[in-house]
Amino acid sequence: MTHCDNSLLPAAHAIIAPVKLPRVREENMTLSLEEVEHIAELAKLALTDEEKSRFREQLSSILDYANSLQALDTSDIPPTATVLPLDTVLRPDVPRESLNREELLANTSRKEDGMFCVEAILD
Amino acid sequence: MTDLTTLTIGEAHALLKKGEISSVELTNAYLNRIAALDGQIKAYLTVTDTQALAQAREADARRAQGEDTPLLGIPLAYKDVLCTRGVQTTCGSKILEGYRPPYTATAIRKLEALGAVMLGKTNMDEFAMGSSTENSAYQITCNPWNVERVPGGSSGGSAAAVAARMATAALGTDTGGSIRQPASLCGVVGLKPSYGRVSRYGLVAFASSLDQIGPFTRTVAEAALMLNAIAGHDPLDSTSMALPVPDYTVALKEDLRGMRVGVPKEYFIEGMQPSVEKAVRSAIEHLRSLGAEIHPVSLPHTDTALPVYYLLAPAEASANLARFDGVRYGPRISTGAMWETYRQTRGAGFGPEVKRRIMLGTYALSAGYYDAYYLKAQKVRTLIKQDFDTAFAQVDVIACPTSPTTAFKIGERVDDPLQMYLSDIFTLAVNLAGICGISVPCGFDELGLPIGLQLLGPAFGEERILHAAYAYEQTTEWHTRLAPV
Repeated sequence: MTHCDNSLLPAAHAIIAPVKLPRVREENMTLSLEEVEHIAELAKLALTDEEKSRFREQLSSILDYANSLQALDTSDIPPTATVLPLDTVLRPDVPRESLNREELLANTSRKEDGMFCVEAILD
Repeated sequence: MTDLTTLTIGEAHALLKKGEISSVELTNAYLNRIAALDGQIKAYLTVTDTQALAQAREADARRAQGEDTPLLGIPLAYKDVLCTRGVQTTCGSKILEGYRPPYTATAIRKLEALGAVMLGKTNMDEFAMGSSTENSAYQITCNPWNVERVPGGSSGGSAAAVAARMATAALGTDTGGSIRQPASLCGVVGLKPSYGRVSRYGLVAFASSLDQIGPFTRTVAEAALMLNAIAGHDPLDSTSMALPVPDYTVALKEDLRGMRVGVPKEYFIEGMQPSVEKAVRSAIEHLRSLGAEIHPVSLPHTDTALPVYYLLAPAEASANLARFDGVRYGPRISTGAMWETYRQTRGAGFGPEVKRRIMLGTYALSAGYYDAYYLKAQKVRTLIKQDFDTAFAQVDVIACPTSPTTAFKIGERVDDPLQMYLSDIFTLAVNLAGICGISVPCGFDELGLPIGLQLLGPAFGEERILHAAYAYEQTTEWHTRLAPV
């Protein structure tokens, strides 16, 4: 089984050098402002100072709660990524009709020559 | 003439078939009721009246040609997380304001192929993250039984629409209880099919290994009809299973002799509302009186479901919601530089709960914490699944409460995320294990608020829970009470 839903994240990590963090959080330790800003950067979320301070507290208490799992011995337990007995699902390589290009482009605020426009990637 | 909006799908179908009513009349009755009532309830984000009447006329024309299906001309509502071609689909978020999908979700396409009429799109917690529908970026939906209270969530708009007779039935989605919990709080039937039973194509993903689409109805027989329509393999969703779809209405029998019903002690906890415990225990005794054998069972990892869920679901969400960057759809906050445009667009477009979960999920997946949080939670998920495997080796269905409380007051839990997350304590494990569950009305508390009985079955065991739920419903009268609106 594969972790099929986090394929975007390693790429994000590669872009930003991770700050040095302890491997397991100590209980009842509030996340630092630096940690909150690091996570927000990985997630590409602009946060206000008020949000950062609120998330520091709220994420800390949720993670403390989640720490209760550490008490369980799972050394011999395989992880479950999906409950289905499926491996990679393939279909015959037969061309079929795709979605309408105009409709696909209709929702963007910026398009050019039948393509989506992104903004400058390199500063 | 009876109020058409009180008819079940079966009753409306009978009248349509006899020619006593038309789909246009039925649809108009609902559109009029929505116009009169939804200013107060706020169940709908979009009412597609013109399109609904066009579909109703089409259904009447098909019937005039001799065609008949159980859903031909029946007006339905769809949660706004399901894509509808050309009709705004927001997921309750500002980041998708104005989005008109270029395709329609498979579940809705199947209903439309049978001639169902779309009344509109219903309100929800933003990206289905929430238990009260208060996290919608657009409006707060009220509970039709008491408008000062929440309808539950995240599919609160669909639950309230059905409870308030503003749709015959509706579709919702359930990632951790988002169909069953609002069904319980609104006094209607809510069915979460097994993972893989219904195609997720066109369902905007929250947590892809947990999400499922299912129906809200006023009766169990209608839930079976709706499941008949939407279940089955779809080449567009590789996680929809290629298994035969039975006729679920065949499972609807009143006799429960020989059925083994398990009662998990872990689902009757300190702190739950006494009237909820009393009603659910009394419902279990009622199942016994119908011939079921009642057995105690144990699901020892029940208390791990909440922390496991709130690591895995946000982790999956943080990846799924990476696509919302303002480039292909939704408002874009242009800064001239790509990364800053992403940061600003996402910072402005997502609401507090969505940001909180993206942050939590990103943290759980981040370097240094992946093993301690994400991988650990996936391993405990295995234990939760094994609990149910063991239990279903001993019993056919499991009976327990759907929610530890009845509908709470609007605003009561918004400032305390953990308290809000506890609303789903009896529903989360079902999604983690991939099994099926249904909530059926089983009583009212001292304030007259509905209580739900939750019946759980093994993966692809929907016939069993529909059977037990139907037998219970047919010999009780809770479902016949209408919300006072």
